Amino acid sequence: MATKVAVVSFPGTNCEMDVVESIRFLGADAEVVFHDHSVLDGFDAVVIAGGFAHGDYLRPGAIARFSPIMAAVSNFAADGGPVVGICNGFQVLTEAQLLPGALQKNAGLKFRCEWAELRVDSTDSVLTSQAHAGQVLRIPINHFEGNYTCSPETLAQLQDQDRIVLRYVQNPNGSIDDIAGICNEGRNVVGLMPHPERASNELLGSADGAVLMRSILSAAGASLTPSH
Amino acid sequence: MIFDVTVEVSLRPGIADPQGATIERALPALGFGGVSGVSVGKSIRFQVEAVDRPTAATLVDDLCHRFLSNPVIEDSTVTLVERDAATSSGAVSAGVG
Repeated sequence: MATKVAVVSFPGTNCEMDVVESIRFLGADAEVVFHDHSVLDGFDAVVIAGGFAHGDYLRPGAIARFSPIMAAVSNFAADGGPVVGICNGFQVLTEAQLLPGALQKNAGLKFRCEWAELRVDSTDSVLTSQAHAGQVLRIPINHFEGNYTCSPETLAQLQDQDRIVLRYVQNPNGSIDDIAGICNEGRNVVGLMPHPERASNELLGSADGAVLMRSILSAAGASLTPSH
Repeated sequence: MIFDVTVEVSLRPGIADPQGATIERALPALGFGGVSGVSVGKSIRFQVEAVDRPTAATLVDDLCHRFLSNPVIEDSTVTLVERDAATSSGAVSAGVG
């Protein structure tokens, strides 16, 4: 049976079809799962897509985390299933406390929509297993609240446990320790602000995100045969 | 008993506050000198029905911590005013940052 990825969508999510397309392009199956669903049976991985869930009202991700689907995502993660939150999805994962810390407003006070270079600093995660350590990836960012912050204790823990999987080469938003993406202790839940799905094909200006999408599928148990 | 509740949510010190910074930067151009330390927060108002004040306070504190504020980046202050006694007794505030 083909590997199947659930792409979680809330009211206001707007990157779900980009994620679906990038996964299908790699030869796996993906399906959008709406926020009011409460089961993830039959899925091998979960991606929480970017956008503005519930209009980002109150705080990005604050309302989305109470959606029925998030209980299922928590259980899926607790069972060791691969879960990746992209941009707004990262914010949802921190609000749901599946990842530590929070995303505050960018230090430069600007919404940043541009290309960013990311360095893979740990390949031990469901998002980076197919990349090599030190590899630099050109992947776009598109956010206002992407400035990762956490307590000094949490930061020390992330560093000591090698859980900062991606760092910006040139910090665009003031993120502490240049953090672009982190994973949980089990290394099966990853959040990142940049959009690998938007860099999954040379036609989009870069195919550097494909290695991250392939890592998700690898964690999901896919045997990959590119369909194009 | 019905309580009028006000929850004030403010960003913790050191957390980026672009609205506050932008307002502060604009003040000299508007002719307002001597103003500093501008910060922008949220005020959330609602009513709670509960058997007594401690029950209402516990409910609101829980709501505040789990939903209305993110303790990683925000502090919050709760004010409960009993609706019937609103004119006679004063507000009771409790910081729950």
